[in-house]
Amino acid sequence: MAESTVYELSSEGRLGIKFPTLDVPETELPINFLRDEVPLPELSELDVIRHFTNLSRLNYSIDGGFYPLGSCTMKYNPRINEVTARFQRFTCTHPFQPAETVQGNFAVMYLLQEWLKEITGFDAASLQPAAGAHGEFTGGLIIRAYHKSRNDDQRTKILIPDSAHGTNPATSSMSGFGIVNIPTDNRGNIDLRALDAACDKSTAGLMLTNPNTLGLFEENVLEIIDIVHKAGGLVYGDGANLNALLGIVKPGELGFDIMHLNLHKTFSTPHGGGGPGSGPIVVANYLADFLPEPIVGVIEEGNDEIPPLYGFVYPKNSIGRMKSFHGHFGIIVRALTYLLMQGKDGLREISDHAVLNANYLMSLLKNHYTLPFNRTCMHEFVLEGIWEDVHGVHALDIAKRLMDYGFHPPTNYFPLNVKEALMIEPTETENKQTLDLFADAMLAIANEAHETPDLLTSAPHNTPFKRFNEVKAAKDLIVCCSIPGKN
Amino acid sequence: MDTPKGYKFSKTDEWVKVDGNSAKIGISDFAQGQLSDIVYIEFNKETGESIDKGQVLATVESVKAAADVNSPISGKVIEVNEGLSETPELLNEDPYENGWLFKVELNNLSDLDELFDTKGYDEFCESRH
Amino acid sequence: MFIPHTDKERQEMLKTIGKDSIKDLFTDIPQSKRFPTLDLPDGISEMEARKQMSILADANNSCDEMINFLGAGAYYHYVPAAVDLLIQRGDFFTAYTPYQPEISQGTLQAIFEFQSLIANLTGMEVSNASHYDGATAAAETCISAYHHFRKKRGNIILSPFIHPHYLETIRTYLQSISEIEIRIPDISNPIDFKDAIRKLVDNKTALVMAQYPDFLGNIINYSSVSSFAHENGALFATIVYPIALGILKPPADMNADFVVGEGQSLGLPLNFGGPYLGFFTTRKELIRKTSGRIVGETVDEDGKRGYVLTLTAREQHIRRGKATSNICTNQGLNALAVTIYLSLLGKHGLKEVAYQCYQKAHYIASQIDKIKGFKVLNKQPFFNEFVIQCPSDAKEIQNNLLEKGIIAGYNLESDYPSKKNQLLIAATEQNTREDIDYTVNSLREVTNG
Repeated sequence: MAESTVYELSSEGRLGIKFPTLDVPETELPINFLRDEVPLPELSELDVIRHFTNLSRLNYSIDGGFYPLGSCTMKYNPRINEVTARFQRFTCTHPFQPAETVQGNFAVMYLLQEWLKEITGFDAASLQPAAGAHGEFTGGLIIRAYHKSRNDDQRTKILIPDSAHGTNPATSSMSGFGIVNIPTDNRGNIDLRALDAACDKSTAGLMLTNPNTLGLFEENVLEIIDIVHKAGGLVYGDGANLNALLGIVKPGELGFDIMHLNLHKTFSTPHGGGGPGSGPIVVANYLADFLPEPIVGVIEEGNDEIPPLYGFVYPKNSIGRMKSFHGHFGIIVRALTYLLMQGKDGLREISDHAVLNANYLMSLLKNHYTLPFNRTCMHEFVLEGIWEDVHGVHALDIAKRLMDYGFHPPTNYFPLNVKEALMIEPTETENKQTLDLFADAMLAIANEAHETPDLLTSAPHNTPFKRFNEVKAAKDLIVCCSIPGKN
Repeated sequence: MDTPKGYKFSKTDEWVKVDGNSAKIGISDFAQGQLSDIVYIEFNKETGESIDKGQVLATVESVKAAADVNSPISGKVIEVNEGLSETPELLNEDPYENGWLFKVELNNLSDLDELFDTKGYDEFCESRH
Repeated sequence: MFIPHTDKERQEMLKTIGKDSIKDLFTDIPQSKRFPTLDLPDGISEMEARKQMSILADANNSCDEMINFLGAGAYYHYVPAAVDLLIQRGDFFTAYTPYQPEISQGTLQAIFEFQSLIANLTGMEVSNASHYDGATAAAETCISAYHHFRKKRGNIILSPFIHPHYLETIRTYLQSISEIEIRIPDISNPIDFKDAIRKLVDNKTALVMAQYPDFLGNIINYSSVSSFAHENGALFATIVYPIALGILKPPADMNADFVVGEGQSLGLPLNFGGPYLGFFTTRKELIRKTSGRIVGETVDEDGKRGYVLTLTAREQHIRRGKATSNICTNQGLNALAVTIYLSLLGKHGLKEVAYQCYQKAHYIASQIDKIKGFKVLNKQPFFNEFVIQCPSDAKEIQNNLLEKGIIAGYNLESDYPSKKNQLLIAATEQNTREDIDYTVNSLREVTNG
């Protein structure tokens, strides 16, 4: 049965929460500006608790099961993060409080800036961007500002591999650049010749995800970066896949100039059903002046007895402010808690096991699904979700059938340069038994595809809901609850 | 469905059907198949507006994709098939007749020479599979 | 410590892969750069991490330990216990973006309800699933307006009494679009915006935008601004403080085309500035020009009502370079918190909170006005925020009050250089009479007024 909406559960006169009696003398309200009624529902506290509890039960989540979504890094979200993030002295601080009353907050932000710089090998950081795409946009604007500062007006294009995430070209457009697509070669690397041919005086930069969305480390990464630098462009790193590189290599040392990170991927902060995330940006020292303002710095050095005095610092040629206030502080607290617990050895262990898990799973599946690139993968790998000898079954159907086996499907239809792609990222927090069970399910489905394909094309069968009519949703465009008694 | 004769096609899957001084423009059966269920059409040009070859005339949106309709020819818009907004599925069902998008006045007949004829377009589509 | 592997399992897995050690999986990394030293401390236990974070937190003084009158875009409202406990359910906070609707109806229905509540609150036809915050929602509004007119209209007119951070963010977002010109009239009285736009709006204007109540707290009827914009073919948008809509007329009544704003006051803690939530509403016919996720109602194969992400063809993962925005997430869990808050408060609760905010603010304003040398400067009606002129150095007054445990509002001079020694004071339902009286007396004391 479908769950009712809050409007359908509403009953006139019900109150969910009472407030204290007004303790000040009353002033007249501005008569010309008063509204009649607030069209919100009326529910009791139990109504609300029950409704949202029941809704939560309709969700699949990491807490509930394996979530091998490629490039999303669905690792376990530690509970201690939720505890520290809820300390009253963090949650009840106003962004405009006098600096001397929030030194703890500044220290948290400063520490995270330092950790992220050291992990990635960069010189300066900003924690202001609200999400990965926001960090990318920040990066695009920094690239633009950099070339402008050198009076280089011709830098109008960004090079993007054809395997790139959709945010990359969208970001480039938003930052005012044209896009040049660079093809992938048959080893899954960027086609070096095509890259070289595309690089000229109009090249503002290259947006590179490494490992790329095929889960492969660019074998010619040093050469790639060199080609772009020689042409006068900058290399932007999409840090979505950083989970493979912690303690393995520092992108800054490979020559990347600027990178965004996803705290809600690599650094264990929750996905929240679609946010909030956080997308800090790290840069080489020649780009530090362009960072969005403000960033956290040391205003006065400390010594053995007194801690340093922290405060906001305004980069000289800042691109400006990317949003209101300072950044997603609540998410920053969680990421710092996680990092403190990992320490330098813990970080290396994460990538070691993320890559171990992915290669193990790939080994189990590669004889039953087509592997477009037969190389050691990093933290994720891509399979083709079709078979030559089976017609009418696509990656989508495999994905839907996996739900019957109790698993969330991998990312499908991405990256675009693989047919019927299934992008699988197990993450380091999954144990061998889970991976074996998942592989068993994938094998069973491969057999079903050959013997009883209907089971796939009509899947899912065992989930709370079946396949939805997406065409109807787009045509009818009902985006609000109907209010019983109105309409 | 069979590709109709007398139509000309662009590499980006638009068709032109000349009728005297005017012509109709639409998208091919191949294009509508790639998009699958079309849910919305955004017309970018109005009656009376001039159009250049290659310009975006409209955007066709389905559940899984959004594609630009690029003008195969240059000229001036005489009529827009606004009614399609109510029944976008016509583009899927009848792309060559009732699913026409624009009626235009051509101003450069030689634009047509660069387009595929029916046979050429069929071969082109074959090579893409 | 969240890695479950045993030595035995590692060996078995390596054997299956056909490698001797995990190190051998990294041969693609250039050798000279492989396995760098990380100049970072060793890892610690949960107990120690908790202690370290606790020490950092204790270096703060928080609003619940002091008396707070800071607003300026983030407000210290009461967050009911049910909100935070519901969003801590693992099924909500450890779920991903609902791309597989069959197993994500919890998230999808919650967003659908969010959209409905916000649309109804603002009086607009549709809402999206949220932006990062009020500032980016305002910036995205400018971009939507620009694309609505197919880039043929590039003038954007903004009121100078929009939150300074929002104005800065808009400038940042639009800096790479050369056809856009931002015009902000040079006026010192907020009400003068109504006349000022008459000289600025022309047939190249895409959007006129103002804030309600504005940054200085003023409630202004922008109907004439809206009409004039529309007469000239432009769109009109307001940025709104949602709690105020508990008692104030929604901007839809002023024929706004877009109503956006900051949702923090609807059940999100202050959190030193984030993560917050930008709500974004518009008219149905403009929906395709807007960015951000939208959830729509439909049915499944069995005819059961449910919800899916819809109009996704506009978004970056499909349109890629042609998308009008690169936005990928919405503020997920925060949108859920807002949905729960509004459901819990409902029609009467929100009205009550708004009413109390108004009353507390007017009480303290009237008391401050009586102190020698102080004056409430607002000439327009205000909701819960207002400006006072101080008789002496405002910074010093704030410092003195801080020593008494009071955060005395926001100093306006850094944003408006001509407003010397003026403070922006906000009050919410959490300010008690006792605290207000203590604050007023303290002001009197430190200025010998």
